Amino acid sequence: MNWVLALPEIVLSLVAMVILIFGVLRQDDSFFLSSMFALGGFLLAALLVLTTGSGIGYHGQFVADAFSSLVKILILAGAGLSLILSLDYNRHNHIARFEFPVLMLLSVTGMMVMASASNLMTLYLGLELQSLGLYVLAAFARDDLRSSEAGLKYFVLSALASGLLLYGVSLVYGFSGTMDFAALARTLTIPQSASPGLIVGIVFVLVGLAFKISAVPFHMWTPDVYEGAPTPVTAFFSTAPKVAAFALLLRTMATPFGHQLIAWQTLIIIVSVASMILGALAAIGQSNIKRLMAYSSIGHMGYALIGLAVGTPEGVRGVLIYLIVYVFMSAGTFACIIAMQRRGRPLELITDLNGLSATDPALALAMAIFMFSMAGVPPLAGFFGKLYVFLAAVQGGLWTLAVIGVLTSVVGSYYYLRIVKLMYFDAPEEPFDPRPTALSFVAGATGLFTAFFFVFPAPFVGAAQAAAKVLFG
Amino acid sequence: MIANIAFYVCSIILLASAALVVSSRNPVHSVLFLILSFFNAAVLFLIAGAEFLALILVIVYVGAVAVLFLFVVMMLDIDFAELRSGFQRYLPVGATVGAVLFVELVFVLGGWEFAPQAPVLRFSPAPANVSNTAALGRLLYTDYIFLFQAAGILLLVAMIGAIVLTLRDRKTSRHQSIRAQTDRTVAETLELVTVTVGAGVKEIGILRPKPVDPEPVEEVHHGN
Repeated sequence: MNWVLALPEIVLSLVAMVILIFGVLRQDDSFFLSSMFALGGFLLAALLVLTTGSGIGYHGQFVADAFSSLVKILILAGAGLSLILSLDYNRHNHIARFEFPVLMLLSVTGMMVMASASNLMTLYLGLELQSLGLYVLAAFARDDLRSSEAGLKYFVLSALASGLLLYGVSLVYGFSGTMDFAALARTLTIPQSASPGLIVGIVFVLVGLAFKISAVPFHMWTPDVYEGAPTPVTAFFSTAPKVAAFALLLRTMATPFGHQLIAWQTLIIIVSVASMILGALAAIGQSNIKRLMAYSSIGHMGYALIGLAVGTPEGVRGVLIYLIVYVFMSAGTFACIIAMQRRGRPLELITDLNGLSATDPALALAMAIFMFSMAGVPPLAGFFGKLYVFLAAVQGGLWTLAVIGVLTSVVGSYYYLRIVKLMYFDAPEEPFDPRPTALSFVAGATGLFTAFFFVFPAPFVGAAQAAAKVLFG
Repeated sequence: MIANIAFYVCSIILLASAALVVSSRNPVHSVLFLILSFFNAAVLFLIAGAEFLALILVIVYVGAVAVLFLFVVMMLDIDFAELRSGFQRYLPVGATVGAVLFVELVFVLGGWEFAPQAPVLRFSPAPANVSNTAALGRLLYTDYIFLFQAAGILLLVAMIGAIVLTLRDRKTSRHQSIRAQTDRTVAETLELVTVTVGAGVKEIGILRPKPVDPEPVEEVHHGN
């Protein structure tokens, strides 16, 4: 048995258990050391992902290929950046406990299992492992009412979505007789032969996964959870789990159900259009920046879904480039949001950014880069994400989708540019507390990536292309 | 013949007790009926030849889960009458949604066709010459080892989560200190007093000051 394929996951979970024992045995404060170990674990896992070969293992339940490698690296990057963001924030807010990195590690293990799932059972277990860690992380500031509410809300709604997903899985299994992705693809080669029960099963699976990426009609939890959870956890929510759930959606729709494109394409188009419109319109009235980021992420998932709706390798390539750009952009934005502190109190209102360019020009510049990039202004990374997705849509003949995408991004740029306007043209207020080095590091690194993506897009586009080819191979 | 009779008797009791779980007014009765239905389901498993599942059902569900339910129901102060108060009001909406879903499911499942091999497959649950438990074990620990371990980690996360969210160290909680207990000598704790006959307790002076009340409970963050 080819168990080496899952080496990154095995190592990550072992690191998590070692840190757990270390934290329990060491009586005094061990948050910082545990976090450093966890970061080391992320690095080690990334190295292993790059070095272990590809193939199918564990009786077809686990697959390692170019697609899973790219997604895993992205997940690890998002989780690592969020963990760095949590270092100082957790200490200031009295939630610096060693279980934080442990839960993050185990949740990331679940995400990596999701990226490698090639069986409906692996899919479900990976998803649950990820979600269970996320519930606890959302409620991690347990003495804060909003955090507990966020955790509970996410738990209840997510459990419901998991139930729907499981129901879909059972229908698919019942009507096709297999849970293996490759076998499903073989069984479903002819679209007309699919029974209505199977189609209903696919729809339920789609609903469950759409909840996890918070696409509209299943987005209700997003603003409340983003607002209530501790900010580094929100940063984590908006990076790694989104990538993992999207990867799962791509693989599930492209590999086992790929021949059923006509059955699910319309659904994805509807969900995508609804997400783009809601993301653009609902964010306008928000005054809390974390809520604004929640609606922004709903919109971004809508844009990325365009690539899936096209159903071609070009479309999937577009989605992957979008996700690469989005992870770094999002982590950087949250670094700026965490830096918003006065006298040790975290601030969350958009108007707290008034005149930031006068008091902290570097932070204002970084935030402006991220906002312009999210709006999709040309030389920045966000523009390329949208470009490749829209390009695939036009090539695939989905003109209306591309046009709606362009229109909603024009509408959406209003609230991104409004933040830039507040920072540069409004009267300055009291300056923020001095930034911790970790925040400056994350904001600087992701800011450089976002600003200079256009200089070196080739390796990323190449990796995304290779990954997309695997799914349709 | 006997197996058939047992099957019908157990099925009827199972269905009846399952209905009573939902309908009985007293929540403790509900849990007891739940236990009854678990037992009958276990018998059905036994009849089907799945002795491992039958025993697991009794040990895990009756032994652990149902007893836990019983604890929760008895310890928590839940006003079940109040919980049910909206029942009448929401009944029309709920019934409509349920009926629509039911009709849709009938449409979907109406086209159900059993695979030709289904009856054969159903009657060969285990490979020949291997007991049920061994067959399950082989599957779990070889073919599905990855999923099995993943499920194990899942349970570990659940445990960590429960502890993270609920465990609080209290300064005044009275832990047992075994060392202090064994280090105690007779002289420290026991005092022999000669008591004159007819004397009151006050006159001898063996009244001890009242033990000091514990300080007010102060919650401490675990690990901070």
